[in-house]
Amino acid sequence: MKQAFRNDALAKVTGRAKYTDDYSMPGMLHALPLHADCSSALLRGIDISKAAKMPGVLRIITAEDVPGEIKFGQIIRDYPVLAHKRIRSSGDVLALVVAQSRGEANAALKEIKLELKDSPGLYDPHQALLPDAPLIHPEHGSNICNYHRVRTGDITAGEKEADIIIEESFSTSRVEHAYLEPESALAHLRPDGVMEVIGSMQHPFSTRRFVAATLGFELKDVEVKTVPMGGGFGGKDDTAALVCARAALCAYLCGRPVKITYSREMSMKESYKRHPYDISYRMGVKRDGGISFVQVRMVADGGAYCSVTPWVTWRSTVQCSGCYEAPNVHCDVYGVYTNNIFTGAFRGFGSPQVNWAIEQLVEIAAEKLGMDEVDFRRMNMLKQGSVTVTKQKLDSHTVSLNEVMDKVLTEIDYHKKRKLCSFGDPSLDKWYGIGFAISYRGMSLGAEGVDMNSAILNVQPDGSVLLETGVHENGQGSESAMILIAAEELGLPVSRIRYRMPSTSNIPDGGTTVASRGTIMGGGATTKAAEILRSIISEAVKDHMGKSVDRFEDGWILDARDQRICSWDEAIRLCYSKQIYPYAFGVFQAPRVSWDEDTGHGDAYFTWVYGCQAVELEVEPKTGKISILNMVAAHDVGRAINPDMVKGQFYGGMTMGAGYGLIEEMPVKEGAVTATNLHQYKVLRSTDLPEMTAIIVENPDPLSPSKAKGIGEPTLEITAPAIANAVYRATGKRYTDQPIKIRRESEDNG
Amino acid sequence: MKITVNGVCYKLAEDMGARLLSDWLREDLGLIGTKIGCGIGVCGSCTVLVDKLAKRSCLLKLSDVQDHEITTIEGIANADGTLHPLQEAFVDCGAIQCGFCTPGMVISALALLMKNPRPTRDEIRKALKGNLCRCTGYQQIIDAVELAATKLYSTKQSSK
Ligand code: FES
Ligand code: FES
Repeated sequence: MKQAFRNDALAKVTGRAKYTDDYSMPGMLHALPLHADCSSALLRGIDISKAAKMPGVLRIITAEDVPGEIKFGQIIRDYPVLAHKRIRSSGDVLALVVAQSRGEANAALKEIKLELKDSPGLYDPHQALLPDAPLIHPEHGSNICNYHRVRTGDITAGEKEADIIIEESFSTSRVEHAYLEPESALAHLRPDGVMEVIGSMQHPFSTRRFVAATLGFELKDVEVKTVPMGGGFGGKDDTAALVCARAALCAYLCGRPVKITYSREMSMKESYKRHPYDISYRMGVKRDGGISFVQVRMVADGGAYCSVTPWVTWRSTVQCSGCYEAPNVHCDVYGVYTNNIFTGAFRGFGSPQVNWAIEQLVEIAAEKLGMDEVDFRRMNMLKQGSVTVTKQKLDSHTVSLNEVMDKVLTEIDYHKKRKLCSFGDPSLDKWYGIGFAISYRGMSLGAEGVDMNSAILNVQPDGSVLLETGVHENGQGSESAMILIAAEELGLPVSRIRYRMPSTSNIPDGGTTVASRGTIMGGGATTKAAEILRSIISEAVKDHMGKSVDRFEDGWILDARDQRICSWDEAIRLCYSKQIYPYAFGVFQAPRVSWDEDTGHGDAYFTWVYGCQAVELEVEPKTGKISILNMVAAHDVGRAINPDMVKGQFYGGMTMGAGYGLIEEMPVKEGAVTATNLHQYKVLRSTDLPEMTAIIVENPDPLSPSKAKGIGEPTLEITAPAIANAVYRATGKRYTDQPIKIRRESEDNG
Repeated sequence: MKITVNGVCYKLAEDMGARLLSDWLREDLGLIGTKIGCGIGVCGSCTVLVDKLAKRSCLLKLSDVQDHEITTIEGIANADGTLHPLQEAFVDCGAIQCGFCTPGMVISALALLMKNPRPTRDEIRKALKGNLCRCTGYQQIIDAVELAATKLYSTKQSSK
């Protein structure tokens, strides 16, 4: 049994770990942003005269002061570091106040006067799609940020074959990431002319691009370093990178170190959320239980800026029919601009929305057919060698849907408990229900983006090892996983390996640590680097000691007959004495993926993971209160590098997923977020949760060098539909809108 | 005005009384283990011990704690620098992810164990209700508190 291992546990449990706001520098100034607070207006002028004279204020910065580019975006450049002339979102930042202290900056914010001319806003994505709707970004030419589709088989033939057609619409919530640490950034211009930035962000390389572009610098002149981050969940990409760019802008213009630390209120106001979706399905099924067609239209509210909406909605497109075989598919997915607070990457990345719908829809279909929901799933689910709706053949890895489903249903004793469900029995004062959901998920970025990563193993003359990868530690323990992989590959104890504080100036761009790609990509690169390093050392041993190396184990270099040739340290000393660097640079490029935008066909992801979760719960008919009694999950992770950390991902994902189904919803009014802090935007607390069971399923993946896949997102994407299915069996009613709010009898009649 | 923090007594000018305890700890004393997640008393990441009670330092003014003893996360390790059994248990149980909630969690758990050395899992859940964690789903944190309680209790029994 491997034990829990974290390279950063000691620092974190003693309070010594330094997050961005915990750093300060001599002569450091503080800056704070002025938010628009209205969602659509023309910005005629900003009067800073009074604010500039407030005590402690050094400078007030607006869009005019930006030396480089104003607008950014990983896909479409529409997101301004400081809004200019036009306000598109209440989260737009119009000015930055730089002062001696946070308090003074805060006081001055209130004295900035804006001259605005209202212009009508668009808050309903369906209205934004109408032909005469005003354009949010006229230069984009349309309010459709992006469109994806799938055309497989013949939908008319599918309709003819269907014995029953089910039509149902679903909607999902706008969700706050609610990472516990609000955004923060600290920037200073070093004497060598490099702008150095630390920040609470999960994509050091896009942060570097944003900083460099804002200042008009080359990438070599910006160095972004990584410090511990208090949670990200996909949420510390665009907004967080811009906070860093603004800190750098202030530092550049003021010639002194500048820190920007957001209050929770600022963070909620400005940061992007999870996309709310409206999803309408038509599904045809045959008497024998087979799915004959799936037709679906999804509209995702992207808000005022593109962010990664095209990628998020692309995943929804690829996975539009859930983990099932469907011969005829017609899918249209729109990412739409509105004046709402914008939406972007969020753990799950377009799959939680689809799963919320499809995992209820299959149960509705099964019931209409008079079929058991387990049998219906088993009959239609993707199996070894199945072809997905995008025409990808699943034969390069173990397709373990059946396995994960069986494990969960057995563990929770589904078939027995299924009979105990209340279905809204009016004679009971507590209703019991059990439900589950299953999913498949494409790993890493897929055809969404360039997918590669690198790792450096740099062995020091004393045999200790420095490891660096292009993966960012978001708090999930990815550095620890990389250390464990390197330790195993080199036959060394973890204590000999140090993960070097990564810097954008030292390791090549490894893309963003989202899409659960940390372990698979960084782990792949680490494995490759270790392979190279082993062959460098083996060659040195062969050339200078005349012995053939077979393997590296427990700090020894062994031959094929298990004889020790020399110790690791001796081998390293040998390398240095013979002028050979025991240094390796490993690259892992994701295997080729493909996508045809027109047909929606292609090998969308190079590998997939499979999961199942089940929930037991109780509903109080009088109050509508839902209490979760039990949660069980099984996920195929390929290989569990650090089992306790993997379990932590299970529990955390299920908890976030349960909140998604039950309570989480960011309220907006005319596009602006109305919850100001965590008392109004609530997330689940320890007393809201039951004991959870995590079942790790391991089918090593041949296409992953470390054999591991990912676990961050799968754990979140099926909890909410499992809850909805359990609520159905408790109440006898379907809840297709998130979050679930139990309708009481009186409301039903009224 | 006198305030003791982690065993060190600080003498302060009276006009400091309106300053927030959390700001003073972080900015003046450099005790950055106390984290600010919300600033309004709902997330628990700023929790410190005031005498033996867990309190949210973002809601306290220095005048509220004069003549009291404050313990922050930096003050709970053993005198020889080794970890407190509760800290050890957090490490061993995999109770730490991003770690931003960890100091507050440890302090709240410590306050619980001082009051109730053998809590049930439900009692642990209740005691941690005021501490938000967005990463762990709380389960391994509860495991950690349970493990620490067992360890502390058995050491106490054997030293009797
Ligand atoms: S910062 Fe004090 S309770 Fe959140
Ligand atoms: S470990 Fe991240 S908030 Fe608890």
